Amino acid sequence: MQTVRAGTVQQAAPATAQRTAPLSVVQLAPGVYAHRGHDDVATRANGGDIANIGFVVGTRCVAVIDTGGTLAEGRALRAAIRKVTPLPVCYVINTHMHPDHIFGNAAFTGDHPQFVGSATLGEAEASHAESYLRVLQRELGPLAQGSVLVPPTRTVSGTATLDLGKRMLRLQTWKTAHTNNDLTVYDEASGTLWTGDLLFVECIPVIDGSVLGWLDDIAALRALNPPRMVPGHGPLERPWRAALDAEQQYLADLVRDVRAALRQGQTMQQAVDTIGVGERSKWRLYDIYHRRNVTAAFAELEWEQ
Amino acid sequence: MNTIARTICAALLTLAAIGAAQLARADEHPEDNPDTMPRWVDFKDGTFKGRPVDSHGDAVIKLDAPARAADGAVVPIAVTAQFPQTPARYIKKVYLFIDENPEPYAGSFSFAPESGFATIETRVRVEDYTFMRAIAETNDGRLYSSVRFVKASGGCSAPAGKDDAAAEANAGLVRLTLQGQSVPGKPQLAQLMIRHPNRTGMAMNQVTRNYATAYFVRKVTVSYADKPVMVADVNFSISENPNFRFWFVPRGDGELKARVEDTKSRQFDAAVAVNPQTGAQQSAASKL
Repeated sequence: MQTVRAGTVQQAAPATAQRTAPLSVVQLAPGVYAHRGHDDVATRANGGDIANIGFVVGTRCVAVIDTGGTLAEGRALRAAIRKVTPLPVCYVINTHMHPDHIFGNAAFTGDHPQFVGSATLGEAEASHAESYLRVLQRELGPLAQGSVLVPPTRTVSGTATLDLGKRMLRLQTWKTAHTNNDLTVYDEASGTLWTGDLLFVECIPVIDGSVLGWLDDIAALRALNPPRMVPGHGPLERPWRAALDAEQQYLADLVRDVRAALRQGQTMQQAVDTIGVGERSKWRLYDIYHRRNVTAAFAELEWEQ
Repeated sequence: MNTIARTICAALLTLAAIGAAQLARADEHPEDNPDTMPRWVDFKDGTFKGRPVDSHGDAVIKLDAPARAADGAVVPIAVTAQFPQTPARYIKKVYLFIDENPEPYAGSFSFAPESGFATIETRVRVEDYTFMRAIAETNDGRLYSSVRFVKASGGCSAPAGKDDAAAEANAGLVRLTLQGQSVPGKPQLAQLMIRHPNRTGMAMNQVTRNYATAYFVRKVTVSYADKPVMVADVNFSISENPNFRFWFVPRGDGELKARVEDTKSRQFDAAVAVNPQTGAQQSAASKL
């Protein structure tokens, strides 16, 4: 119950902070900075900071790669950039539509960057916006204050190049895999491939697109053979080949087991209850996402001839 | 009233209005008492008109649904009858209700003694965290419900992510299959798969700013030896590519037939021959 002073209605104190604490980042290579999110679902304890995000500094300007789960986190990322360089932010790139990667975008609108994403990103974001915002409110409450959708102003279908001033970023869209709007960013100078959620390390991969498409994309990622990959979730500096192999193993086993279940005439629920039970200790957040993965793979594969 | 009192009054009214608006939004939580949820009470009173519903009906009918379904558009559920159908005692109808869906009444499934079990498995859309209920009506007119709480979101408003035109063009492929051997007099499981967008009409295409119209399967009639064994009256609460598993009791040779009708009055049929002696089956499907 709020107290009321005569002549006014007491309002909640405005949320503008005098100084935002900068997000913790590590420098993976000269000019390449990344923040490791918590390996968790969005909670009040972690403030929705559950994805790996970061930025690349050129001689002219800075590209941000994903902005986190809330406006607050986006502001903290911006403060981290300011600690490192005064250069303007010219690009804010979203690797895909999921809320933990996009809801910090609004922290950068004052910089007037181009917001960059796959050509299918805008549609995907907008159609999920209402339910994302509802869940954000429910799970994070006041921590999500001011978090709004900022869709792409520049879209990529296939490949594109961004110039940060003597530093080129190569962007690429992919066959539907984690989502139908996955985009990777390759920094030529350091040989760093930001994979977005095409790569999960130690955290269970989440299928919100196509399991078969993802297996194809994994093969293509391996063929790119970059010196370094920055995953969307999990430790930032593990050797990527082993991580990609582990992810492929999980998805390929899922396909194998779902196909077997379908041949045996099992129900979706039976498949969900029995497939991959032995995987539990290998992946963080297995309990949250594995059964949903089986559901997605089952719905995708049951119409195969 | 003086200025100060009037201001205080206005402030209190504003706070009360905000509070009331939040109550009217009626979020459901797993710790709520399911029997008192307003949408359920309205539906119960309207449909069952004061007839008592035994809310601990798990001895008659059991609803299984995942506690957390991250894909709100495809939530597998099973409504399992706890006793076999006999002419003396059988479940004649099962209602499905999802409190927080834009259309909470997901549909009904009608059964007969010939159904073997009044059991139905399918996948549904869930829009928000909600109670989900299966209500069974037995042939003596009694009502029993089984309730689960499901955490899911966006099942009704999020599009399938597939091309609407392609999904519509492919609609109507039907697969009807039997599971296992047919033994005369022993209930046998069958599965009906329908290729269909089962659109809610609530997903806006953000590029065209149009809502793809609602387009969904509204009725499924399955009969064996020309007697109905499962009749589903459903709506877009059923997920894309509707999938139903249900039972029937094979006796002599005969055909299990399914007729599917959608909201554009399209009809799709499928039939499978039932040969209880040998257990062999042939499957035929046609698209009209």
